[in-house]
Amino acid sequence: MGAGHAHKLYRRGDSPVHGLPPHTKLVAVLGFVLVVVTTPREAVWAFAGYAALLAAVAALARVPVGFLLRRLAIEVPFVAFALLMPFVVPGEQTTVLGVAVSVPGLWGAWNILAKGTLGVAASVLLAATTELRGLILGLQRLGLPSLLVQIASFMIRYGDVVTDEMRRMSIARRSRGFEARGVRHWGVLAKSAGALFIRSYERGERVHLAMVSRGYTGTMPLLDERPADRAQWAAALALPLAALPICLLALLG
Amino acid sequence: MTSTPSLDVRGLAYAYPDGHQALFGVDLTIGRGERVALLGPNGAGKTTLVLHLNGILAAGAGSVTVAGLPVGKKHMAEIRRKVGIVFQDPDDQLFMPTVREDVAFGPASAGLRGAALDAVVERALEKVGMAGYADRPPHHLSFGQRRRVAVATVLATEPEILVLDEPSSNLDPASRRELADVLRSLDVTVLMVTHDLPYALELCPRSLVLSEGVIAADGPTREILSDEELMTRHRLELPFGFVPGSVA
Repeated sequence: MGAGHAHKLYRRGDSPVHGLPPHTKLVAVLGFVLVVVTTPREAVWAFAGYAALLAAVAALARVPVGFLLRRLAIEVPFVAFALLMPFVVPGEQTTVLGVAVSVPGLWGAWNILAKGTLGVAASVLLAATTELRGLILGLQRLGLPSLLVQIASFMIRYGDVVTDEMRRMSIARRSRGFEARGVRHWGVLAKSAGALFIRSYERGERVHLAMVSRGYTGTMPLLDERPADRAQWAAALALPLAALPICLLALLG
Repeated sequence: MTSTPSLDVRGLAYAYPDGHQALFGVDLTIGRGERVALLGPNGAGKTTLVLHLNGILAAGAGSVTVAGLPVGKKHMAEIRRKVGIVFQDPDDQLFMPTVREDVAFGPASAGLRGAALDAVVERALEKVGMAGYADRPPHHLSFGQRRRVAVATVLATEPEILVLDEPSSNLDPASRRELADVLRSLDVTVLMVTHDLPYALELCPRSLVLSEGVIAADGPTREILSDEELMTRHRLELPFGFVPGSVA
């Protein structure tokens, strides 16, 4: 109870990772991802090192392995693409378990899998330890244009309101004997979507009216300032800074 | 200054851009500290009138004065602070991710920050009995709670006059009574637009009837509600079994 915008990616906690100001964590994740993608794919040991670093962060944030793995499922469509590469990329052939595959294709697949998984895992950790609202305020602090920040904030605020409206429309349809069973019914669904759009648009106008009535002049007042001190920056940047030497070694090696 | 009325509207007329004329010369004065109900059938121009009070709509003719300050481009920020409008749907009114940020929006727009801002937010929420809900997102509150938070969002700017659009709509009887308690406890001028005539009688000693774009009646609420001929002429009807004279 008393939750802010607890969404399903967020995992409530009071670990040192949770406590860091959001914008420092955003910079840290971006830095980490840049280091990871710069690493040559042949340096397999380097990726094991990065994975160990993330595992350490997860342990520090007390995010269970199962939770992390389940969230990684978002990556599956990209994995499917990566798995195709050994069969479609032309080049030197080799045999794995009796199947002919291309060597550059295998390296390509590994490259996508390793870097993609590390990037997604870092993002999942960020989302699990930072509230959605905090992320948006963090982006604002990092200089994301105010208009984009406002749009994102309204998405959080009104997502549930619009979903609720959609649900009520669906109940009203079904109460009058409508079941979407095939292409023939798509027309009705399309009209509902249109009606929902118009309702949301009109709500937008009413919200704007309420905002103007309370002194809105185009910018949102920035509240909840959470400036970061040196120690917090140092703690957040420990992740990319620990990854950097691994990358440098791999580049030299 | 005590004699300056909170709201003074003179000869206000307005036609929408499509040519539809909604107001035909409205005159009304509301003294400081008064609680007044604005009654009228659907389409009488009530909402149009309300949107003139804080300069969302600009008068075609006539004038609106809030605490001696003419409504116009020159003093717009000040006017919007002095006139607190609570809209009918709290989901429109509460647009920030948390109750605290929403209540802080008005005063923060006016430049308040830090501890002073926190104190204002705290006080506004206390006035409506919603202290302790500051960190909740609005959509996790009940409808009655959201309506009270909506009142707090405008109280935070310490308005001269509180304008409520259908404050009792969609409230269950307990929430309706709680809101009435809150409104009675406030030391502020109130203009309440409503179809809920018993609620008007309960809270507002004086009523105005807006009909076809003009003020058709202005007097003690009980007298207006008891005047059957007047009520019928302006499509106003009391709920079944309700007799204004019999209510203490």
